Amino acid sequence: MEWIQQLVNGISLGSIYALIALGYTMVYGIVKLINFAHGDVFMVGSFVGFYSISIFHLGFFPALLISMAVCAIFGVLIERIAYKPLRNATRIAALITAIGVSLLIEYTTIYARGAQPEAYPDKLLPFKNVEFFGVKISSQSLFILAISILLMILLQFIVHKTKIGKAMRAVSHDMDAARLMGINVDNTISATFAIGSALAGAAGVIFGMYYTKIEPLMGIIPGLKAFVAAVLGGIGIIPGAMVGGLVLGVIESLVSASGYSLWRDGAAFVVLILILIFRPSGIFGKNVREKV
Amino acid sequence: MKKLTHGKGFWTAIVVVAILSALIQFLISGGTLNSFYVNTIFYIGINIILATSLHLIMGITGQFSIGHAGFLAVGAYASAIMTMKLDLPFPVAILAGGIAAGIAGLIIGIPSLRLKGDYLAIATLGFGEIVRITFLNIDYIGGASGMQVRHLTTWPWLVACVVLTVVVITNFTNSTHGRACISIRENEIAADAMGINTTYYKVAAFVIGSFFAGIAGALYAHNFYIIQPTNFGFLKSFDILIFVVLGGLGSMSGAVIAAILLTIISTFLQDYSETRMIIYSLVLIIMMLYRPQGLMGTKELTSLFKYRGTGKGGMPNDNKQTIA
Repeated sequence: MEWIQQLVNGISLGSIYALIALGYTMVYGIVKLINFAHGDVFMVGSFVGFYSISIFHLGFFPALLISMAVCAIFGVLIERIAYKPLRNATRIAALITAIGVSLLIEYTTIYARGAQPEAYPDKLLPFKNVEFFGVKISSQSLFILAISILLMILLQFIVHKTKIGKAMRAVSHDMDAARLMGINVDNTISATFAIGSALAGAAGVIFGMYYTKIEPLMGIIPGLKAFVAAVLGGIGIIPGAMVGGLVLGVIESLVSASGYSLWRDGAAFVVLILILIFRPSGIFGKNVREKV
Repeated sequence: MKKLTHGKGFWTAIVVVAILSALIQFLISGGTLNSFYVNTIFYIGINIILATSLHLIMGITGQFSIGHAGFLAVGAYASAIMTMKLDLPFPVAILAGGIAAGIAGLIIGIPSLRLKGDYLAIATLGFGEIVRITFLNIDYIGGASGMQVRHLTTWPWLVACVVLTVVVITNFTNSTHGRACISIRENEIAADAMGINTTYYKVAAFVIGSFFAGIAGALYAHNFYIIQPTNFGFLKSFDILIFVVLGGLGSMSGAVIAAILLTIISTFLQDYSETRMIIYSLVLIIMMLYRPQGLMGTKELTSLFKYRGTGKGGMPNDNKQTIA
């Protein structure tokens, strides 16, 4: 029975990874850039949520919405200032810039408010254990899962049913052809960053509520793991990021449940290296041969 | 292709280095330099080795590695085990550190160098994290609390290692193998088509780079009295990366200059570590926006003293960023 409980924990954790991974995968799909700063957008989202709850005494849902909105704007700003001038630069230059932006956000946050952690206010949501056939599941886990699934359905709706979603798919398929067809590529890329960052902001608030401790460097490890999740599912593929996140969360929980909790952080990277060696295009990816 | 040792500048450079290092040794033993400056100088030496070793992997072969601190950690721990647990002499420990890191480089390089660009970067980053977590969980070497190490790094050993690293890597770059590596950097598919065994050369460069990172690790461990897994995290890899990127991908002298400058700057900003990181990251972003080829591009310091185009068989003179 304990295993099932761990499985549920894994799924809640995995849905947080999935929310972050969606931003990675969308951005990678459209501009072929590993947005290292994405984990820090997640951190900023968490802090925005924290301050709106503790200073402005808002409830959970208003805080979630504010955090998503702030992160969306923040993501677009990052894209416009740091990444847009580099759109035609080499991939390495863009990657190094992304690392630079990530460190800038982290250390500016530390500079502004100090490195001390902050405790997320609990009792935001009713906390009780639900019992299913003798398995105790905390209502929080279920709640996290529900919010994540809701956001993912919303994302699928935006990507597949709206005009901006269509534009996003077109730009990720072929940027030049999309431009020739009259799609405003710059705005579409900004919209992608906005949506991805909003999801990261939501993940930040959920993470804070679930783990109750947030700090300025909290974005690094979940960010990297979410990237692993994105690669696992096949980078650039939206359902892949969701599945990859859930799989990774479950793997991590099972590793800690088997008594190797200290190795938990390593598991994600072992998964990454294995997937890169045996199936670099990911679970859902197609093999693309390189053309000269 | 002239051998490096036959070059005109080689012996001059060795003599200059010998005189300079003797002078510094004299200043250290005479007590003129206080321990703060001595530490800074030692740190500069270690960083030069790290910068040149990563320069071989990134600047010459064009393989993007952001897990270099992992090799540093392997070298540091392997050498510390040699001196502290097995009571072997320091030179053996340095060699052991290098060899252990080289083997780690081989194990990591063979599978992950099949990957390109971003994927390779992430794989090396993952490797660096795995190394850190592994050391964190081995009780034999102290786990999270770290390992006490005697202070054995002396100035002559440091100079010898720095000179050895620079000479070997320069020689490698100017050899047939180095040319093959440069051709991989310029265009891997074309290099493959010209009959170059790209996998072999990529792995070779990776192993040599890791070997010297391991030597730097040995010197690092025996300079700081204690080594902890937290010293070898992602930020350490990033510190090494910025030397190479700032100096210019493909320029050894650029990497060395950047290592010296940034070590001095960071020593003086030691008490303001947030400010230091903000400055670092801003420099990195602005550099990539306005001068993506780095301070020196692919030029070497020596080429500034030559007439344009006379450098027979030298690096191409155009200052283009050539890394994929």
